[in-house]
Amino acid sequence: MLAEIYTQEIEAILAKYPSDQKRSAVMPLLFLAQREYGTLTNEAISEVGELIGLQSTEVASLVGFYTLYHDRPGGKYRIQVCTDLPCSLRGAQAFADELCEKLDIRMGETTPDGQVTVEEVKCLAACDHAPMFQLQEPNGIHYYEDQSAGSAMALIEALRVKGQVD
Amino acid sequence: MTEHIVLRHRDLEGLDQLDVYLENGGFGALESIVKKKSPEQVIDIVKKSGLRGRGGAGFPTGVKWSFLSPDVFPRYVVANADESEPGTFKDREIMERNPFQFLEGVAICAYAAQANVAYIYCRGEFWDLTRELDSKIEQLKELGLLGKKLFASDYSLEMQTHLGAGAYICGEETALLESLEGKLGQPRLRPPFPAAEGLYGKPTVVNNVETLTNLPPIINRGADWFSSIGTEKSTGTKVFSVSGKVERPGNYELPLGATFRELIFERAGGIPNGHAIKAILPAGASAPILPATKEVLDTGMDYESVSQVGSSLGSASIIVIDETVDIAWVESKITDFFEHESCGKCTPCRDGTYWMKHIFERIMHDTAQPQEIDLLHTVGIGIQGKCLCALGDFAGLAVTSALERFGPEFDLHAVGNSSKAA
Repeated sequence: MLAEIYTQEIEAILAKYPSDQKRSAVMPLLFLAQREYGTLTNEAISEVGELIGLQSTEVASLVGFYTLYHDRPGGKYRIQVCTDLPCSLRGAQAFADELCEKLDIRMGETTPDGQVTVEEVKCLAACDHAPMFQLQEPNGIHYYEDQSAGSAMALIEALRVKGQVD
Repeated sequence: MTEHIVLRHRDLEGLDQLDVYLENGGFGALESIVKKKSPEQVIDIVKKSGLRGRGGAGFPTGVKWSFLSPDVFPRYVVANADESEPGTFKDREIMERNPFQFLEGVAICAYAAQANVAYIYCRGEFWDLTRELDSKIEQLKELGLLGKKLFASDYSLEMQTHLGAGAYICGEETALLESLEGKLGQPRLRPPFPAAEGLYGKPTVVNNVETLTNLPPIINRGADWFSSIGTEKSTGTKVFSVSGKVERPGNYELPLGATFRELIFERAGGIPNGHAIKAILPAGASAPILPATKEVLDTGMDYESVSQVGSSLGSASIIVIDETVDIAWVESKITDFFEHESCGKCTPCRDGTYWMKHIFERIMHDTAQPQEIDLLHTVGIGIQGKCLCALGDFAGLAVTSALERFGPEFDLHAVGNSSKAA
């Protein structure tokens, strides 16, 4: 249970907001639950709701609304390639296609070992360093800019090794 | 102009380190106002400087502050760091490289608004950056530059970061406040404006990162100095984000009123591979597309001049399109973006962007009937002016302006067009 494992972290999150506005903590708590469980299952969602006195359906609607929460399983590592207009003007689509080809998956799919999902996302505010992607992993989100399929594959290989050890 | 005001880290190495920032006058502006000026006096300085909101709307900052409901407390300040407009990447550079000037700006705004708590709402993708800001805020607390009784006054200020989780709409200030309250990021009906009823129903100022970062130099060097830069009505500098078909994409800080030609051809190195420029999106996805005529290229990039040539400056994210790029494809990408980011609250935007997306799919597969291109225009018009926030307007306007200015490029995709042409 989150309340037992992350007692202090949850207290620190709640302390950011007025004591009568616990609902504000729902988004950081969802990130915490996602870190712990990987996927925001119905159980995880109701657990977050209980922490702040919110109905599960209300928490679930947030999970559906915001793109960085995942209620369906995917790879442990999500490679999220920006293919929006400015990045596409600088080769992002070709990069995304080549990456999927090298991984032998289609866009949105997960590699057979369950480690890596490749997804298309909207603008990440890094248009001057396209092609670029963000890596969403259990512990956070990191940017990788000025990428090629080769550099992305090198990262993925390192992640696969790390993913098997963790 | 060679000096950077907002991107000052480009002139001073290591400015992201607190000791370097303090050695170079950091937090002197906050100290001077907390010790010597009333909140009203600070608001007057900012009003007199002519500073306008850098997030897109260009509303005068000091005037926005002066709308706070009198005598209602607590009040809040929220820094809008939900930078998500396609083509905009200035706030990220500011917060990564010049973070203390930004944080001092937040504190100045909070003092002027008489707020004791300030939130920094960062888009969720800025995860690493937000962790960095957290540690910078801790450093400031340790030195007593944030916390209780600042500079031995009665003024106290606490600062907190809050991570979004992937939603463009949260850059709209009332949607941002909803999100910060733990709700769906959907815009509120206005009035009441946030200055009257904002976060938790209390008077709130929401300002963009770049706007806030301008405050320390305005306090240090005065309103007259600031208003001497730029044009009469668009004062100061602007960080222009340039992307797309240019040799050197990136951020360039220039006085407001510098021309598109200077930015694109002198600073950003012009168009690669000897191609000709065709069009400019002056505000990312959120303003009408401009044909890159001589007149447009010689237009000053200030709020008034850009609207005179039929678009708007917005957040000044200049996406450059060259002759190799199909405008119908450009608009299909923009429509995809808005369809994905529509929050779903207002029917014209939710359904209109969906319809436009599907018409674009047929256009890009060359299977659209000619009358469907007219239908696209009708839908684009139908969305505008009928939604709670500007997202619907922008989505419609992007498409209708492109159809009006680059119609033949769309017609080329219609069924039967090639046989007609032959």
